[in-house]
Order: sequence, then structure tokens, then C-alpha cells
Amino acid sequence: MPLEAATPVVDEDIAGADREYLYTLNYGPQHPATHTTLRLILTLDGETVVKAVPDIGFLHSGFEKLGEDLDFNQYVTIVDRMNYISPFANECAWFEAVEKLLGVEPTPRCKYLRTILAELARISDHLLCVGAVGLDLGALTAFLYAFNQREKVYDIMESASGQRFHPSFCRVGGLMNDITDDVVAKVRAFVKTFPKAHADLTRLLNRNRIFVDRTKGIGVLTRDEAINMSCSGPVARASGVTRDLRKDEPYLAYPDLQDSFKVVCAKGGDCYNRYLVRMGEMAESLNIIKAAVENIPGGPVNVDLEDKLTIPDKQATYRSIEGLIQHFELFMWNRRWETPVEEVYGAQETANGELGFYVVADGSGRAWRARTRPPSLIHFSIFPHLMEGHQISDVPAILGSLNIIAAELDR
Amino acid sequence: MPAYLDTLTAKFPGAFATSEFRDNRRVLVSAERAGEVLVPLLRCLKDECGFDYLAELGGVDYLNYPGATDRYAVVYGLANTANAERLFVKAFANDPDPELPSVVDLWRGAEWMEREVFDLYGVRFAGHPDLRRILMPHEFAAHPLRKDYPLRGYGERHNFRSVTRAES
Amino acid sequence: MALTGLLPDFLVTRLDAVASLLRKHSLWPMPFATACCGIELMATASSRYDIARFGSEAMRFSPRQCDLMIVAGRVVMKMVPVMQRIWLQMPEPKWCISMGACASSGGVFDTYATVQGIDRFIPVDVYVPGCPPRPEQLIRAVLDIQEKVQRTGTIDAREFADRETYEGPTPLARELGPEQTIVAPGDYRTATRLRVPLN
Repeated sequence: MPLEAATPVVDEDIAGADREYLYTLNYGPQHPATHTTLRLILTLDGETVVKAVPDIGFLHSGFEKLGEDLDFNQYVTIVDRMNYISPFANECAWFEAVEKLLGVEPTPRCKYLRTILAELARISDHLLCVGAVGLDLGALTAFLYAFNQREKVYDIMESASGQRFHPSFCRVGGLMNDITDDVVAKVRAFVKTFPKAHADLTRLLNRNRIFVDRTKGIGVLTRDEAINMSCSGPVARASGVTRDLRKDEPYLAYPDLQDSFKVVCAKGGDCYNRYLVRMGEMAESLNIIKAAVENIPGGPVNVDLEDKLTIPDKQATYRSIEGLIQHFELFMWNRRWETPVEEVYGAQETANGELGFYVVADGSGRAWRARTRPPSLIHFSIFPHLMEGHQISDVPAILGSLNIIAAELDR
Repeated sequence: MPAYLDTLTAKFPGAFATSEFRDNRRVLVSAERAGEVLVPLLRCLKDECGFDYLAELGGVDYLNYPGATDRYAVVYGLANTANAERLFVKAFANDPDPELPSVVDLWRGAEWMEREVFDLYGVRFAGHPDLRRILMPHEFAAHPLRKDYPLRGYGERHNFRSVTRAES
Repeated sequence: MALTGLLPDFLVTRLDAVASLLRKHSLWPMPFATACCGIELMATASSRYDIARFGSEAMRFSPRQCDLMIVAGRVVMKMVPVMQRIWLQMPEPKWCISMGACASSGGVFDTYATVQGIDRFIPVDVYVPGCPPRPEQLIRAVLDIQEKVQRTGTIDAREFADRETYEGPTPLARELGPEQTIVAPGDYRTATRLRVPLN
């Protein structure tokens, strides 16, 4: 084992005579403006940040090692806890990769349900991000308004899956169970009421003098930098990158819904533009939900039992021998799925950007390697670049606009 | 065969192999050739073939994997922002001193992802500007995602003293 | 005065009881929020659940102003020294809620990095199960803390003075062989040690 990795970095330059007036501020890991567990080591010249060095890993809890220990369906519960403000979108991305590996195509009904719930998750993610930026920059009311709407999304998730926070609703080749009419009614009600809440949020923030002054022109990222630094999602789109996997590589029900939404882009690349892109995406997500919820196809939610991929429902398990056998096959530790000895990358556009999974399979029902492509890690790596020359009061604005989720950052 | 593979074959004959599964196309670079050929190959893909976006970079440990000959692999997932094409470049490395050239000069976004691979697998990246541990504590000596490291660790997680009520 | 005639002119009670009564209705939580449970903690504080109804809404992120630490979310190796430092920085008397399965026992994260329950390293008064617990459960925990403060509290916090031994669960056997001894950051007193070059 290489022990040189254990040597702490010794700094030689810090005693340089011309830089004696600089001082170092330790920001985090437990700090109100970081919301989660990040640590920044800021070198300050008065109020100006000369250098920002992020230190992460304060929430590294071994997700990917667990992914090698649990099977595909069990790992959903862990994937949920990655980006924990839009858990359902993570599940969809995980099964995008797993189902690509197994070569299974979900049923149309399942695709639509996943799309609707994932878009709801996107809305709740953006709501929290926008609300938290407001909270940090002194607009507490926006946070309360945003959380009120998030509770409605929680209600929908709870009616659909039984868990309000981490639904763990997806399974290989389908969903845990079909939804009831109650969920559709709640989604319809949400579609009706959300535009008003969205307008309220817009009115609270868009022309809020303090909010605008503290975000406009702060943390500018140009288009070329965004591509070179692997940014994706709202962060890249606020800089003029038009890449959106929902349009570029349509998955789930998006091929049918292409006409119902646009890709929201901006050119400025600063915190205010990132905020605007998030607000715009919420409106577009609502359009997708509106179009999808009226067109949910009928039919089964899981793929056919003959494919030997999905967990049979209780009725099939207790009443038919095929169902019973398949239930055993999928739950015995040495049987489970038969996978090709291959590897595959599948990605989806979640609220934070491209969330991809690189799954290596060795023929057993578990992943040999379940690598996550975490948008938060990549977005946080551009933070020192964005911070150059800004003041210390801009730290919360930039951090908030990047929407760093520590569990996804550290895994 | 896509046009970029023709370009690569013309410039780097015999330096790589290709494979394909579902919609993933892969270019495989062997452990012996990776040191000299990996960076020119990626530079060619970036500058001449339009793969301007490094979508992902991750490591894999193939210890006791069925049919594997090399131990570590690093997968570079490239994408073309103009036409949304994807390509995966896979470079191998072996014990006792797994090392690959760093691609930070090509994509700055690779910096933290390479640090993560170094932290979790111990694959070193030659030419990386700041190759330190990123997720694990700096005093930590193992590389936890290697297959010979147990899921529950060797007990490092209990290696702290307790604060009692009277002391606090 | 509207109360004249309803209450006697004077009450006889113990000083401890009065102090506890006042303390329990003005708990200042320190949200040590690391992961998912932190979002539910925010939900508890915001519009629908509104923890202000129970006198615990004055969340302060500075530990020196707080007397109730809510550890929400899993705590990992790198975070334990930080948590201990923050706990020690809080003034007496203080209490701790371990919110969620991860903080209480490690939860689903039985891995090399995650601590299997914070009660191995700091004292815990109330555990809240759930992954994450619903806001109602957290409010219940705050009420339980209030009851505990009323029942056991003393004005000079002498109920903590003689608790000098480790009170957590039975320590797990070390899985280490002697040649495998690996150093992890072990002490809260040296928690901040990363030094970075300035260039």
C-alpha cells in the first residue's frame, strides 16, 4: 500500500514575506451556508478571496462499495440517498443503466409513470435549490414558499410508493406497484396549483434588489469553460451549453413528449442566470407533467413475467407455480439475474445534471462495479475557479447556485 | 464503422482494440501502450473528432473478474456536444505500480475525478497537478474500492476515542 | 390582573424544577445536519410542520449558543472529530438527539467509512428511528427531551457530573490484525490538520 499518500501537504510558500498579510479562514465542514458537509479553506486578502481550496469527503460513506455487495433491486435504496432532494430521479438513472445491461425495455405505462415522477422530483430539487439560495442571501420567505410546494410533491410520492422521502419505487423492469387514481388526481391538482406558487416565487426573487445584486455577475462561467470542465445540467445550460439528455438521447417517455418542452438556456453564466434556468426548468417540467399525465397508457406496469426479470406480485406468487418459482429465483442469494459479462454506461438528465452509472457485471445478480458519475462532484470542482477574485460574501451565492448535495458529492 | 475510428486507425495503427455492447462503443488501450499512447489518442479524439466533453472518468478493479487479464482499468467517457455521440476509452494498468498519464491538460474537469480514482483505487496519474486523497482522510493508508479490501474495512471506523458526559 | 384569585399568591417549589421548566421551553437546537435527515429537519422547521409551536425554532448554527444538538444524518470517519469538537463547544447543560437510523446505528451503511452509531463517540439522550424520520417523529423527540429535562434537570447541571464512564453500546471487536494497523484520524483535538499550499 502506498504510504506516501498519507503524507500531509506541506506548504512552503505561506511564509513568503509579501504575502504575510493574507490570512486563512476555515469555512465548514459544519456551517450554515454550506447546508451540507463541505469544507473550504479560504485564503483571504481582507474580504477578497485569493484562493479557495475545497476539502470534501465528510460524507463519504462507501455507496459504491455497497453497490458491489447488494443486488440491483436492493441498491435502489442506496441510490435514493445519493441526491436526496430528488431521489426518484436517481432511481430512474440507476435502472437506465441496469436495464440497458439486462437488455430489457420497460412497458409504456412504466415509462410514463417514471417520467412523471422524475419530473416532479426535478421540480422539488429546483425548489429546494432556489429556496436555499434565497435563504442564504436573506430572502427567507421564498424558502418557506418553496418548501410548501415540496410538501405537495412529498404527498404525491407518498401516495404512490408509501414513503414520502425516499420512495425506493423502481424495480428492474418496472415499478414496485402500479399507482392508484388517487395519485393521478393529486398530480392533476399539483399541475393546477403550482403555476401560482411559481409566480409567487418569481415575484419574490426576480426583482428582489438584494437578491439580484448579490447574484448578478457573480461566479461567471463561460461556455468553453463549462464544456472543458465537464459541467452539465443547469450549470452548463446557464452558460449557453445546449446539451440536455432529454433532447439529445431521449429515454423513457421523452421521445413522445419532445414537443411539450424546450431546453432552457441562458448566456450569462453567473449565479443569477443559473437561478433563472432553474426557474425556467420548473415551468418546462410542469409542461411535461401536464402532457404526460393525460396520456398515461394502460396495460401492465411491469414487463412480462416470462422474461424472468421482475418480482412477481403477491397474487402471482401465491396463486401460480411460475410466480412462486420466479420469486424464489430472484430472492435466493446465489440465483438472481443472469447478466452478461459486460459493462455498460447509462445516464439520465437529473435536476443537477447528467447522472450516469457505469455498471460492470460478472454474470451474477450483483454489480461488479457500480460507478456513479456524480454531477455534484464535477460542479464543486469548478468552485475554486468561480470564486477567483470574489468577496467572502459571495461564497453562499455561488455554493447555492451550484446546488452541491454532499451525499452525491462524496457518496 | 464511424469516421473517428478511421482517423484513429490511421494515426495509431495497432495501438488499440475496439469493442461494442448495446449502444456503448469502446476503444481499449492495453496496459503496455497506455503510457505513451493514451494522451495523444485522447487529444486526437478531442481536437480532430469532436469529442470535446469528458462526461465521466472512473476506475474499475478486475481482480478475479472472469476472463480479465489486467487488474485496473480507467474508463474515460467522452461525448460530443454537437451531435451527442458517445465513446468510451478504456485504459488498463497493473500492479505493483499502477500508473496512467493524466488528462488534466486536456480537460480540467478530470482533475477531481482522477483524484477520486487515485484515492479509491491507488492508480497514480503522472502529471496530475495535485494528486492527493480526496474522499478518505489523509492519514488513511488503504484504497477502499479495491476488491481485496473488505466492505466493512479493517476497523478504522471504530478508531476514535469517546467523549463522556462528565468530560463534555 | 386576570389571574388574581385563580392562583395563590405564592408557590412553593424547588429551584431545580423552575430552572428545568424554563429550560425546556426554550431549547435552542444546533442542527448538525449532514445528509437526508437534514432535509427533513428543514421540513420540520418550515411551513407545514412548524417546530416553533414547541418553542424550539431558534436554530443556531453556532454551537456556543445552543443546548440541544440534533445529529441528522450519517456520520463518517472524517466527520467524527468535527462532531466531537462541536459537542464540546456547546455550553452545559446540553442534550443530544440522534435523528435517523444512520446516526443511531449506521443504518443501511454498514461500510468501511460509516460510523455505526454516534453514541459510541458522544452521549445521546433520544434516538429517533426512521430513514429519514417523519417530521412528526422529530417533534415527538423534542417533546421527549423536554420531558427529560423536566424530570432530571438541575439548576447547576450536577446530574452530568459523575458520568465519567463510557455509556454507549458494547464496543465492537476490532477486526484488525497487528500488522494491518491503519491510522485514521483519531482525536477531536487535532481535527483540523489539512494544510494547503498557497500558490
